[in-house]
Amino acid sequence: MTSSKQALAQSASSADAAPGSQPGAARRAHGRGTPPPGPDSWRSRLYRWDMKASPYAFIAPFFIFFGAFGLVPLLYTAWYSLHNVQLSNLDQQTWVGLDNYKNLMSSDFFWGALQNTFTIGVISTVPQLVMAIGIAHLLNYKLRGSTMWRVVMLTPYATSVAAATLVFVLLYSWDGGMINWLLGFVGVDPVNWRESTWGSQFAVSSIVIWRWTGYNALIYLAAMQAIPSDLYESAALDGAGRWQQFRHVTIPMLRPTILFTVVVSTIGATQLFGEPLLFGGASGSKGGSEHQYQTLGLYMYDQGWIIGNLGKASAIAWTMFLILLIVAAVNLLITRRLRKSQ
Amino acid sequence: MRTSTRGSRRLMALAAVAALTTGLLAGCAEDSDDGSSNSDGGSGGGKTTLTIGTFGVFGYKQAGLYDEYMKKNPDITIKENVTTRTDVYWPKTLTRLQAGSGTDDIQAIEIGNIAEAVQTQADKFVDLGKEVDKSQWLDWKTAQATTKDGKTIGLGTDIGPMAVCYRKDLFKAAGLETDRTKLAEQWKGDWSKYVDVGKEYMKKAPKGTKFVDSASSVYNAALGGESQRYYDKDGNVIWDKSTGVKKAWDASMEVATSDMSAKLKQFDKPWDQAFANAKFATVACPAWMIGYIQEKSGDAGKGKWDIAAAPTAANWGGAFVGVPTAGKHQKEAIALAKWLTAPEQQAKVFAKQASFPSIPAAYPSLKPQAATTAFFSNAPITQIFSDSAKTIPTQIFGVKDQPIGTAITDIGILQVEQKGKTPDQGWDAANKEIKDVLGQ
Repeated sequence: MTSSKQALAQSASSADAAPGSQPGAARRAHGRGTPPPGPDSWRSRLYRWDMKASPYAFIAPFFIFFGAFGLVPLLYTAWYSLHNVQLSNLDQQTWVGLDNYKNLMSSDFFWGALQNTFTIGVISTVPQLVMAIGIAHLLNYKLRGSTMWRVVMLTPYATSVAAATLVFVLLYSWDGGMINWLLGFVGVDPVNWRESTWGSQFAVSSIVIWRWTGYNALIYLAAMQAIPSDLYESAALDGAGRWQQFRHVTIPMLRPTILFTVVVSTIGATQLFGEPLLFGGASGSKGGSEHQYQTLGLYMYDQGWIIGNLGKASAIAWTMFLILLIVAAVNLLITRRLRKSQ
Repeated sequence: MRTSTRGSRRLMALAAVAALTTGLLAGCAEDSDDGSSNSDGGSGGGKTTLTIGTFGVFGYKQAGLYDEYMKKNPDITIKENVTTRTDVYWPKTLTRLQAGSGTDDIQAIEIGNIAEAVQTQADKFVDLGKEVDKSQWLDWKTAQATTKDGKTIGLGTDIGPMAVCYRKDLFKAAGLETDRTKLAEQWKGDWSKYVDVGKEYMKKAPKGTKFVDSASSVYNAALGGESQRYYDKDGNVIWDKSTGVKKAWDASMEVATSDMSAKLKQFDKPWDQAFANAKFATVACPAWMIGYIQEKSGDAGKGKWDIAAAPTAANWGGAFVGVPTAGKHQKEAIALAKWLTAPEQQAKVFAKQASFPSIPAAYPSLKPQAATTAFFSNAPITQIFSDSAKTIPTQIFGVKDQPIGTAITDIGILQVEQKGKTPDQGWDAANKEIKDVLGQ
């Protein structure tokens, strides 16, 4: 509340008082014990209250909904994670303290899932972003039908996870799938894409790459369009070739955008769920016979909804939450470093 | 002027707060029931909408039963809510049962979940045992849906009596017997004899074909004929000591460690395609599999498939329908559940889907569709399945039956079959997984 607003409020409220009547007269008429009107009359207070509260009322919807559908479940999950709760008997919650977490720490499946999440995250995010920058750079040139190309870039993102994964499952099918058939021409033995460790992780990553590369490319393209063209012109005058322009002008100017996409992709990779689940087909929540592509999200789903151990699933959920916080903190540190180095 | 803007701003703020409050209050209010409400609160004369929750391809809609019932009872409308996958359907149903809202008037229950329903959700279901003559059903079927104190929470729909479906053309090319009775004789009594036939087949197998779709299907079929499964009658897990599991495991290991398996995962897309491309010569065939084979093989398989009796009388699959106590139209729902599971209706579902009735009284009148009979080389479908159904052993199911089964087939067996692990390693992997499932 700035002072100018206050003054405005006061003048407005005194203008509200009945014209020609003295403040004192009003008080006598009111009798004993009533507060003096004027700057403190209830209308003015209401008005000031209105000035203070309105902004909160306008932003309230988000916070109320976030509280109801974000914060409360989050805290309730924490409560669950300290209990033994079975899906078939939700009302019976037995206190077990940190047992669920201890159980996780000693579980090979959990560490495996953590490792898979990391590996799949790296082999899907890095090529995805590198390719996206390349594609954005190409689309940034003047070319015919540029809008068409941009729309095409976004089509994978617009298709549903289920549809995309289904097609990939058929492509990667180890007997009669197109990819093994093509490999056969090169003389490579058929790869069991679903059951081999690297094969399955690569396959899952390729679905993620296919879906998200175009989306990231468009974000980069938007940022590239905002780079002033005189930078390129002066670089060209200095004798920089296309590649040098890209390295010394485009990339540094894109830095904030790159950081943004890295953060978003990292969070996405940590929560990877749909692609591996559907890639696995029946009993996909196991992520393969050796859990070789079971991500943390899948492990949580398997524990909670397939096995029915909700307490443990909640512990996994909170562990994932903590991991994401750590990832965000690391990102923040790197960003600061980069800012300072500029 | 100033006053008016202020007034309107205040109004806006008040409106926003009011709207939010009402929205929140509405959120806290009693759930409005979805779809099962009726226009006039159920007092006669109006239409009652009954909902039925099913999974997969249940066959009721396909066989036209809903339409028939609505024609007979003009005051009833039936709405089916289908969930494709059982592993999605069941957790959803469990949470709704316990919340006491959001359940359908009738809920289907798969055999792998019936023990959990009986032991943990019995109070959430109406006792249907009082409504019907229980003796019509196969004893073991009703027993599976009955609690210790005699409450029957579900009526049996179909069962999965076992046969073996095989491709005559491939058998002929491999120089094997193609007559269904002689074949059945060859492997009668033991699934390992069936595996022996597989070894014969592989000696002269037509190029690009295998004997069987997967080792897991052999495991499930063999286990379906054993009296001992994963649990004893007191509800203790005995899977690692169970004679039935041992037998079924050994048979599946013979398949997994040889080259006779197509190494497919059942109900996957590639598995569907393998039917169309004739990639394997046999598949363990519970009654409901008939519909699958017909659909996935298409016209190309017509007259090439045949059915022989399985090595052992076995059951694989089947379901129940229950009436949740949370339903608003229990009387009407019970009537519908009774009608749907009556022998005449079970026979109609068989005619359409080959889902096999759980009421023996229906067996003499069973007739598959002419197209189905032609597809399977005029095999006496009804007779093969009836014979199997009558001698199925009584089996005990337990609370975590489904996840234990998945651990054995999709972890243990799959590792041996597709990753070249030894049977011992596969067993250990399954053991570790089951420990995790049981939270040990």
